[in-house]
Parts: sequence; structure tokens; C-alpha cells
Amino acid sequence: MSEEKLVGIVLVSHSAPVAAAVADLARGLAGRGTAVPVAPAGGTEGGGLGTSAELIAAAAAAVDRGAGVALLADLGSAVLTVKALLAEGDELPDGARLVDAPFVEGAVAAVVTAATGADLDAVEAAAAEAYGYRKA
Amino acid sequence: MLDADFFRRWMTATAASVAREAERLTALDSPIGDADHGSNLQRGFTAVAAVLDKEETETPGAVLVLAGRQLISTVGGASGPLYGTLLRRTGKALGDAAEVSEEQLTEALRTGVDAVMQLGGAAPGDKTMIDALVPAVAALPEGFAAAAAAAEQGAEATTPLQARKGRASYLGERSIGHQDPGATSSALLIAALAEAGGK
Repeated sequence: MSEEKLVGIVLVSHSAPVAAAVADLARGLAGRGTAVPVAPAGGTEGGGLGTSAELIAAAAAAVDRGAGVALLADLGSAVLTVKALLAEGDELPDGARLVDAPFVEGAVAAVVTAATGADLDAVEAAAAEAYGYRKA
Repeated sequence: MLDADFFRRWMTATAASVAREAERLTALDSPIGDADHGSNLQRGFTAVAAVLDKEETETPGAVLVLAGRQLISTVGGASGPLYGTLLRRTGKALGDAAEVSEEQLTEALRTGVDAVMQLGGAAPGDKTMIDALVPAVAALPEGFAAAAAAAEQGAEATTPLQARKGRASYLGERSIGHQDPGATSSALLIAALAEAGGK
């Protein structure tokens, strides 16, 4: 499998440890062989709970390989900040997209799918599909 | 007519007012939110005042777009993208005119408020900043003072409502009986508009 043009994944959480741990979990379950660019963007720049537009923009730039970037977000301000950045037009890489998915399950699905070299549409569809898995 | 200087005064007056009222905003946010509305907005508007001091803005639209951008990047909570979107969209709607009329501001602000409703998915009655902003825009044709009074009344009228958006919505009926902090800060924003207009 070629290394180029993998979809990048950004995990935006209110909490830096949550974002980092979910990124580790998703990478761990994606298996070896392909290094999917995954970056956490958790908490505020000062390390508090909340959302940082700067951290999100930096994470998106870091995972951009030219195949698009899927952003997953957890709560209120994380979702709203990603939407606001997308509306700005020039803050996130071309092809950046907020993916509507459950945070943990969606992240795993997105990273596993991206590891196959799938395109952004396929990554988004896999992440969104995680909503369909009922637990009770 | 309103020039860029008027819009800078509006933002500076908002920053001063938010700093004065930060503790009250946070106190309102304690029972139903995560007790950071005052400090978050204060950080955001302090940054707005600083950037407007540093960077040149020659048109009303440029002032609001720059202010909105700054709020999105510095607030850290949901009020950042919401107020940021309000100001950016209002600024973009004003275009690059050097001066705008009060009617043009009213129309632009309506565009901004619509964008906030779309971003947050909130409607009037959901106990959010929309409950102060919508009546303010409706009253703007009667003048800034009337808009400020309408926003204040709208904020007070959120007290008996049950929250349907944001963290407060998880509290269900327990959100009733508390004035919404977002509507309260929106009333400060509109009051600062009246202050900038000297009315």
C-alpha cells in the first residue's frame, strides 16, 4: 500500500487526555503497516477543559496529506468551533470536513478505514455508520 | 452614519462591560453551566480590544470580522464560535463600506443572528443568547436604546424557561428559574452598542 494520500484524522475533545487517549486507541486498533496521520486537539491551549481553535488548526495542518482531513468532535463548543473554523474558509486545509459520528467509535472506524487508503467519503461513511451500532 | 471608529467603540465598550460583569456572568453560569462564561468572554473580548488596538481596520465590516475571528480563537467555550460567528457574519454583511447606516447595521445584525441560530441550532425560547438578540434586532429600528432595553428584557425573560440547548439542557426542569448567562452577555453586547452611540 502506498503511503501517500492518506486521509488525516483530527480528534477534537474538551479534554486533552480524552483526545490523546482516543487517538491512541484508534491507532492501536488500526493495526500496523500503515501510519494513518491522526492528531488529537484536546482542551484549551492552557491545558484546561474547553476547545482551542489554534490547536484544531495546527492538528489539521499536521495530518493533511492532500487527501482531505476528517475532524471528529465531542461536545458543544468542540463541534461549534470546528464548524466556525470551516466557515472561515482559510483556517483548515482544503478538503477538511466535520464528520458526524460518535467520538470514540467513530474515531476507530475512521482510522481503520483511512488505514486502508480509503478516500474521505469512505472514511466519513464508516465513522457515521458507528451511530448504527446499538448497545442495548 | 456609523464609521469604523463607532464599531471599535462598540467592541471596546463591550470588552469593558464584560470585564465589569464577568463575575456576575460566571455566577449565572454556575447553577446551569460550567461556571466559565464570564472568564471565557472576558478573555475573548480583552483579546478583541487588544487586536483592534494593534491592527488597522478601516471599515465597520473589517472591525467586526477581525473581532469575530479573535473570539473564535481565544474564548475556548461555546460562546467563542457563537459570538465569533455573530460578529463575523454581521461584518461580512456590512461589506467594505466606509460608513453604514443604522438600517444597514440592523439588516446585517439580523444576518448575523440568523447565522448563530443556524450554527447552534437554537430558536427563540430555547433559553440561549438568541432570546436577547432576536428582540434586540426587532427593536433596533426604534434606536439603540430601545434595542438595549429589548435585549435586557429578553435576557430576563429566559429565567422561567427550560433550557433546550447546551450543557444546561441536560438539567431539564432544574434549568428553570435561572437567567441564561448567554442571553445576559448578549444584552451586554447590545447595551454597549447604545453606549457607543452615546444614547
